[in-house]
Amino acid sequence: MRFLKRTWLWFDDLTGLSAMLGPLLDHPVPKARKTAWFYVLGSATLIAFLIQVVTGTALASGYVASSGQAYSTLQFISSAPIGRVIRGIHYFGASAMIILIGLHTIRVYLMASYKYPRQMNWLSGVALLLLTLAMLFTGQLLRWDQTGFWSVLIAAEQAGRVPFIGNWLGHFILAGDTVGGATLSRFFAAHVFFLPGLMFLIVGLHLYLVVHNGISEPPSTKNPVDPKTYRPWFQALLAREGEPFWPYAAWRDVVFGFLVVATVVGLAILVGPPLLGKPPDPTIVEATPRPEWYFLWYYAILSIIPKWSENWVMVWAPAAFGAALVLLPFVARKGQRSPIRRPWSFAVVGVILFSIAYYGEVGKIAPWSPRMDAPPLPATVVGATSGPVADGARIFHDKGCEYCHKVAGYGGIRGPDLTYTGDTLTPAQIITRIYSGAANMPSYRGNITPDQMSALLAFLGSRHRQPIEPPVASSQP
Amino acid sequence: MSENSPSDAPTQSRPELNRRKFLVRLSIALSSIGAALVAVPSAAFLLGLRKSPRIWRTVGKLDDFKVGETVNVAFEDPSPLPWAGVTAQTTAWLRRVSDQEFIAFSTICTHLGCPVRWLSTADLFMCPCHGGVFYADGDVASGPPPKPLNRYPVRISNNEVQILTMPVPIA
Repeated sequence: MRFLKRTWLWFDDLTGLSAMLGPLLDHPVPKARKTAWFYVLGSATLIAFLIQVVTGTALASGYVASSGQAYSTLQFISSAPIGRVIRGIHYFGASAMIILIGLHTIRVYLMASYKYPRQMNWLSGVALLLLTLAMLFTGQLLRWDQTGFWSVLIAAEQAGRVPFIGNWLGHFILAGDTVGGATLSRFFAAHVFFLPGLMFLIVGLHLYLVVHNGISEPPSTKNPVDPKTYRPWFQALLAREGEPFWPYAAWRDVVFGFLVVATVVGLAILVGPPLLGKPPDPTIVEATPRPEWYFLWYYAILSIIPKWSENWVMVWAPAAFGAALVLLPFVARKGQRSPIRRPWSFAVVGVILFSIAYYGEVGKIAPWSPRMDAPPLPATVVGATSGPVADGARIFHDKGCEYCHKVAGYGGIRGPDLTYTGDTLTPAQIITRIYSGAANMPSYRGNITPDQMSALLAFLGSRHRQPIEPPVASSQP
Repeated sequence: MSENSPSDAPTQSRPELNRRKFLVRLSIALSSIGAALVAVPSAAFLLGLRKSPRIWRTVGKLDDFKVGETVNVAFEDPSPLPWAGVTAQTTAWLRRVSDQEFIAFSTICTHLGCPVRWLSTADLFMCPCHGGVFYADGDVASGPPPKPLNRYPVRISNNEVQILTMPVPIA
């Protein structure tokens, strides 16, 4: 023990570490009282980031960033028990990080901690939020299974909607004219060096600013921010009732941070990482790429907006959202911080959270996606094994109708449910719809023979709520 | 630090000030040039895009394809990197329209880039992502795609069907 202490004293004498870090640990922070637990979200985000750095480094040691081999190295990593757990931690760590940074942003927004003098704290935080989103996208793609492969093309096509530079930007994402050997290396370098390097720098700045400007005091309606008097007022507040960060505030960060680590590792062991999809082989045309849960809401929104608005939503909506985040601390730089006096801030947060949750659920169901694996309708549903009704049911499947229209629980949900068409539409109406199509239904004019049409009509016309049962002689008196 | 802060000015003579100014400028200039010497080639390498030549790739014999049928064909990138593996492959939907006429469609949906599938019994292309549908000639039938499926040039050469490779069509 004495030896350890003497070693530390010798080390500290040569490095001056305690003289430098001591004041950082001891710096006074305002008493947060009832809201104290809201202040743990930033440090928890940092802990999630560190989880990602450690597990990411471990994963990188088993990963080959080559378009041809990455998939098999992922199979290799996943097949080892420890590799599976590390992948799991990295996967749930990513989810933890986006959730925590999101909650942290909401906390700072609701408490208006971004006001003077903490505007640069907010801006560096916004940069970290956007970088986290970029890390999520590049990370899920490094799995380099079929979904990873198609994610690159989908990202390139979206980037292609940017005016003027879209084409260049799209091919920049692909690293060339086509998806190939150079593509994955680019995403690997971004995910492992470029983005995390930037994040380290900005995290450093962010932490420095937290100490330099002090942790914001819990908002109160009595103390609106006046940039002229805020700093002396804040210093007086700290002198009056501040307490050292370590350990009076830090213990909560440690407790919550530990819960984050335990939850992430627990989920990694119990649930494990997501399964790998099919290999990234472009010749397998049966691919149905879906984003991870944290981007499902965006996928859903892109699917339900009107066609004319697509370029606006894909290019200008994210740009406007980014601009709003950047402008916020300049537009609202002083005045009331209390959320009670800023009720619209609850509305903003409510709308955002509701949209992410609601559209995330919609994205999971993806009602707009044709169910291309729908099996032919079974005879029990069709009610016939031969004749025009059975022929019509086969045509209903073969012509792709069933991929979008449900009949008795089979088929897609993009179009109206046709289980009872016989009750709701006349044959003439059915013919009109099949021939003319609609915004989301192809016209079958020239694509269907008169024989096929009459069989299809026989089938659709036989869809009744009350099946017309053949008269059966009752055996009961 | 401002290079002529008020506290320095009275104590420093004019030649001293000039020397200071010179040293500051020298240091800033050399640092900038040094940074550029490293950053410019690195950025050029990063921003450089691999251009592929456009070449004709054979996808099958003329007799392999039936008139009126649309089939999936695979062909290799014009200049694949050795480590590209399966990703060096590209596919197209090849339709033999008549005896001598072919159309090759890109499999990439013009909406957001998902791979469209050919439904042979329905004579339609359908996209599994957002439900875009294209007719057999590649025109938009319904759903969100803004324009028809892109086409590759096709030719018949020595009884072989060949497709001219092209960059991934973006926007």
